[in-house]
Amino acid sequence: MTVVRSKPVIDTHNPADGRAPVLDARCVNKSYGSHHVLKDVSLTVYPGEVVCLIGPSGAGKSTFLRTLNRLESPDSGEIWVGGDPIGFRLADGVLHELPERLIAAQRARTAMVFQHFNLFPHFSALKNVMEGPVKVQKRKPEEVRKEATDLLTRVGLGDKIHSFPSQLSGGQRQRVAIARAVAMKPLFMLFDEPTSALDPELVGEVLDVMTALVQEGRTMLVVTHEMGFARRVADKVVFMADGAIVEQGTPEEIFENPREVRTQQFLDRVLT
Amino acid sequence: MRSQVVQAPPEQQLLPQVGLKHWGRWVVGALIILGIVALGWSAASGNIDYAAIPGYLTHPVILEGLVNMLKLALLSMVTAIVIGVIVALMRVSNNPVASTVAVVYIWLFRGVPLLLQILLWFNLALIFPELWIGIPGTDVEFASFNTNDVMTPFVAAFLGLALHESGYMAEVVRAGLKSVDPGQIEAAQSIGQTPMQRVSRIVLPQALPIIIPPTGNHFILMLKSTTLASVIGYLELLKASNNISSFNLQVMETLMAVAIWYLVVVTIASFGQYHLEKACDAKGRTPGAPARGGAARGGVLSNALSIPLRRNKS
Repeated sequence: MTVVRSKPVIDTHNPADGRAPVLDARCVNKSYGSHHVLKDVSLTVYPGEVVCLIGPSGAGKSTFLRTLNRLESPDSGEIWVGGDPIGFRLADGVLHELPERLIAAQRARTAMVFQHFNLFPHFSALKNVMEGPVKVQKRKPEEVRKEATDLLTRVGLGDKIHSFPSQLSGGQRQRVAIARAVAMKPLFMLFDEPTSALDPELVGEVLDVMTALVQEGRTMLVVTHEMGFARRVADKVVFMADGAIVEQGTPEEIFENPREVRTQQFLDRVLT
Repeated sequence: MRSQVVQAPPEQQLLPQVGLKHWGRWVVGALIILGIVALGWSAASGNIDYAAIPGYLTHPVILEGLVNMLKLALLSMVTAIVIGVIVALMRVSNNPVASTVAVVYIWLFRGVPLLLQILLWFNLALIFPELWIGIPGTDVEFASFNTNDVMTPFVAAFLGLALHESGYMAEVVRAGLKSVDPGQIEAAQSIGQTPMQRVSRIVLPQALPIIIPPTGNHFILMLKSTTLASVIGYLELLKASNNISSFNLQVMETLMAVAIWYLVVVTIASFGQYHLEKACDAKGRTPGAPARGGAARGGVLSNALSIPLRRNKS
């Protein structure tokens, strides 16, 4: 499949500091059968930005997030990651679809944290963190081992590096999963409802680790139902409903003065 | 609940107790033993020369049959596993042609009875007197064989056993592949693993513990199914016993020797399977681990059930 470019490349450099975006999603569409789950979703993210995607379930937030590392392939639209069109190769103004083997290399520049952790059950915590850097990025195991141990210590699991996922609590598993994502040294990190599968008393420990990542200046896209977290750490909050972005802005703009009725209704329901 | 050391009351205050006698167990046990003795007595009084059996165990013809049986079973099983893996991968592939062909293949080779398949292969010469390798529709021919020369009893039995079993193995392998949580593949994708790496590092290590135990079972079945090859004259254990007894008429003596050999071989195979299974469990699951696959997708409920909840302040 080839996609013929129908419009000129839009200059998306940040007007404030002229930096190029790490992520530029343009008019992303996706349907499952007759169900149109993503409708012309466009989003630009600059280095160091923290973007929280909120909205009712079924709004397409997770699907959109999964198109950004092509776990889901959009029906149309473009996703540019670090200046490359993900899933494609640009040649003579035409995007040529890449085979899965080469898409894998593009994915290695990003990282994802899943709702259900998806740790590899046959690897220890340390091995889970080392798998990507050693097997995909082909870095030296000794060097990676030291780094992975440091990472696990930073997420509070220095004493659990040899534990298997089955021996860890949900919160601990998710912190290993975050360490696994950070170890990839990604351009940006995708979080797909990272606390939704956790028992309420375990949510805090995961949000604390994520807040620490924000403070390190990492670029993050977070699909979340934790409005307090979004308000506290986000640079930009994106509200999605029915497969489209309804409105986006700073946390103050979205949470204090939402312009759209749809946003107001949603916030009224979740904040009371 | 707190356990407390309860001071036992002085012994003289306690009344003597009499346990239940379980008379029923004694009676039933005695009846069973009586039945076994009766069976043994009638077996011993049968018209059979038990003393001849040990001799048949090491009879050269029987030993040749044993070796041939093992050769046939091992070669058929290995071939069935290889074909099974390929057909299972075709079955789960995104290519509709490959997947449909796999479904039809499994339907065909599982559906036709094994003995019938062996007979069909053996009699192939009736419809194709000659087998040739060449380009259909042209005169180009690289080699041609007389079907009866190629289709020896061994080859016919091997094809029947291997292809029949491959249909089952395909389903065993597919079940193993299916048991791996799709989230595992997504996680492997998210760290940039190629399709090859996903299969070798993530999917197979988790699918093998599911695939190996039933494969062991199927191998034990395969060992016993080789007796069917006797029908087309392949000299395995059963045919070997027939060959001997057709001379000296010691039918039961030779059959029993064969039965003993089968029990020995199957016992060894079961022992191997037991250890293989234990090795799989130890490798794939750490103590107290949840059943694989379901846990990650099962969400809060299964996570809560499968792991001790610990409160950690980070």
